[in-house]
Amino acid sequence: MAGLARLEGDTRAAARGWSDLTIRNVFILPTIAFLIIFNIFPLIYSLGYSFTDFRASVNDPVNFVGLQNYRELLNDPNIWRNFTVTAQYVIVSVGGQVIVGFGLALLLNRKIPFKGLITTLLLLPMMMSMAVVGLFWKLLYDPSWGIINYGLGLGSFDWLSNPDMALYAVAITDIWMWAPFVMLLSLAGLSAVPSHLYEAAAIDRAGTWYTFTRITLPLVAPILIIAIIFRTMEAFKSFDLPFIMSGQPTTEMISIRLYKMAFQEWQTGRSSALAYIVLIVVLAITNIYVKYLNKVKER
Amino acid sequence: MAVVTSSGRRVTNRIAIAAILVITIIFLAPIYWIASTAFKPRQLATSVPPTVLFQPEVTPFVKLFTKRVQLRGPVDPEVYDAAPWWEQAIYDGGERVLRVGDSVQLSAYPNRFMNSLIVAITSTFLAVAMGTLTAYGFSRFKMKGEDDLLFFILSTRMLPPVVVAIPMFLMYRVFGMTDTHLGLIILYTAFNLSFAVWLMKGFMDEIPKEYEEAALVDGYTRLQSFFKIVLPEATTGIAATAVFSFIFAWNEYAFALIMTNRRAQTAPPFIPAQVGSGLTDWTVIAAGTFLFLVPVAIFTFALRGHLLRGVTFGAIRK
Repeated sequence: MAGLARLEGDTRAAARGWSDLTIRNVFILPTIAFLIIFNIFPLIYSLGYSFTDFRASVNDPVNFVGLQNYRELLNDPNIWRNFTVTAQYVIVSVGGQVIVGFGLALLLNRKIPFKGLITTLLLLPMMMSMAVVGLFWKLLYDPSWGIINYGLGLGSFDWLSNPDMALYAVAITDIWMWAPFVMLLSLAGLSAVPSHLYEAAAIDRAGTWYTFTRITLPLVAPILIIAIIFRTMEAFKSFDLPFIMSGQPTTEMISIRLYKMAFQEWQTGRSSALAYIVLIVVLAITNIYVKYLNKVKER
Repeated sequence: MAVVTSSGRRVTNRIAIAAILVITIIFLAPIYWIASTAFKPRQLATSVPPTVLFQPEVTPFVKLFTKRVQLRGPVDPEVYDAAPWWEQAIYDGGERVLRVGDSVQLSAYPNRFMNSLIVAITSTFLAVAMGTLTAYGFSRFKMKGEDDLLFFILSTRMLPPVVVAIPMFLMYRVFGMTDTHLGLIILYTAFNLSFAVWLMKGFMDEIPKEYEEAALVDGYTRLQSFFKIVLPEATTGIAATAVFSFIFAWNEYAFALIMTNRRAQTAPPFIPAQVGSGLTDWTVIAAGTFLFLVPVAIFTFALRGHLLRGVTFGAIRK
C-alpha cells in the first residue's frame, strides 16, 4: 500500500479494533473491485473484439482485422448521419428544456399558494419510465384518435411517421419529461439570489430587463450550465424514447444504430468499435461536466 | 409611484399564477390520460372525439391479469349467471377467461411485475449498502488520487447502456446468465453503485466529524462509531439514495430489453411489447402502465425534499 497518503484522524482508535487504514480499504476496495470487474473488464474485453470481425450469432472463426472497423465506421456517411441526428436531437430537446424549464422556474419563483405541491406535481414526469411513458405518447400523437391533434385542431396530422416531424415529436416528449429537471435546478439558483440585490436595483429604478440580465442571469448561470451539461450527456445517450416512439431513419440516434448493429445485425466486432467511439465522446463530455462541477463547488 | 408599482406587481403575480396553473394542467394531462384510460371501457379508449367523462370500470385490470381468448358464439346464459362479476365483464367484451381445471390462468404481467420488484429491490439493497460504506471511506479518509477515483466511479454510470451491454451480453452468454435475475441485478447494482457513492458522500460530508471524535474519546472503536453514530445520522440520506436507486432500476429499459426476454423480463420491456399492430387494447396497456407508475408517483412525493440532490448526483445540496 505504498504511495497512499498518510491518514488523517485518530491513531488512538487505531490501536483498538480495526485501524483507519483497514477500515478505509475494507469500505472502498470492494466497490472499486466490483466496478472494475463489471464495468471496466467487459470494456477491455470488447476493446479486443473491436479489432476483429467477430459475429456473436455464428460460429465462424474470428479474424484480427486491425483498425479496419474503426476506419470503415469513421468513413461511413451513415454513421455520421446518426451522429448528426443525435446532435440535432440534443440541440432541440435540451434547448426546449432550458426554455420551458427556466421559464417555469421564473414563474414559480414567487409566493404562490400550494407551491410545494405544484412543484412536486411538475416533477412527476421526470421520475417515470421513459419506455413506458413514451409508449403512451404514441397514443397521444396518434393521427386518428390522439388527443394532441384533437386539442390543437390539427385534424389527422402525422407526427411520428412523418420523417420531418418525428424527431421533433420525440423531442417534445423529452422536453415534457426533462424540462422539470431544468426547472428544479433553476429554482435552486433563483432562490439563492440575495434579495438585497433586487432591492438595490429597485431603488436605482432599474428596469425589469436590466435587473434580469444583470442580476438574475449571471447569478443563476452556473447552476443553469450544470443543468445543460447534464441534460446534454443524457440526450446524447438517448435510446428509450426514440426507440419506442419512432422507427424513422430521421430519429435513428447513435445509441439506436449501435443497438441494431450489435443485437439485430450481430456485427459484434464492428459494434464494439462503434461503442468505443461513442464512449470517447461521452467521457469527454463527462470530463467537462465534472471539471465544471468542481469549479462551481469551490466558489 | 410606490402604489402603482405594487399593484403592477400584483397583476404580474396573478398572471404568473394563472400561467402556472395552465402549464401544470398541460404537464399532467398525459399522466391523467394514462390513468383515465386504465379505467375506460375499451371502445372509449380510442374514441373520436376523446372521451373525458365516462363511467369508470376495472375490467382493464381484470384483463391485465388474466389469459383470455375470443368467444366463438354466445355464452351459455347459465354459465354467464354463475360466473363472478369480473368474469361476466370479460364475457361482455366478447372474450372468455382461460382456466386450467378451476383455476384462472394468469397473464405474464404479474410475473413481469414481480421480476421488476425482485431485481429493483435486490440491486438497490446491494448498491446502497456498498455505496454507503464507500462514501464514508471517501468522506473521512484522505486518499491519493481521490478525485480521479471518484471520477472513475462516476464515469461508469455515464456510459450509454448499449455500450456496456455489448460486452456484458457476450460475457453473460458464456456464463449462461442471459435472461436471469442475477444478470440484471449485477448490471443495476453496478449502475446504482456509482450514483450511491456520489450521493452518499454528500450526506456523509454533512455529518460533523466531531460526533465521531467524541465517540472515539469515549472509548468507541472507529468501526463502532461508524455503526452507532454515523449510520443513524445518515438514515435520511440512505433512504433517499435507496429510493432513487430503486426508481432507476424500476424504470430501466435498455439493459432489460437486451439481457432478458422471458423468465427474468421486467415490466419496461414487457409493456411496450404488448402493443401489436392492429387491434391493440389500449385500456389493458394503460392498466399495466398505471400499476407500474403508482410506486414511482408515491416515491416522488416521499422524496420531494431530496429531488434536487438526487438528480444532480449530490452536486447541489439544499
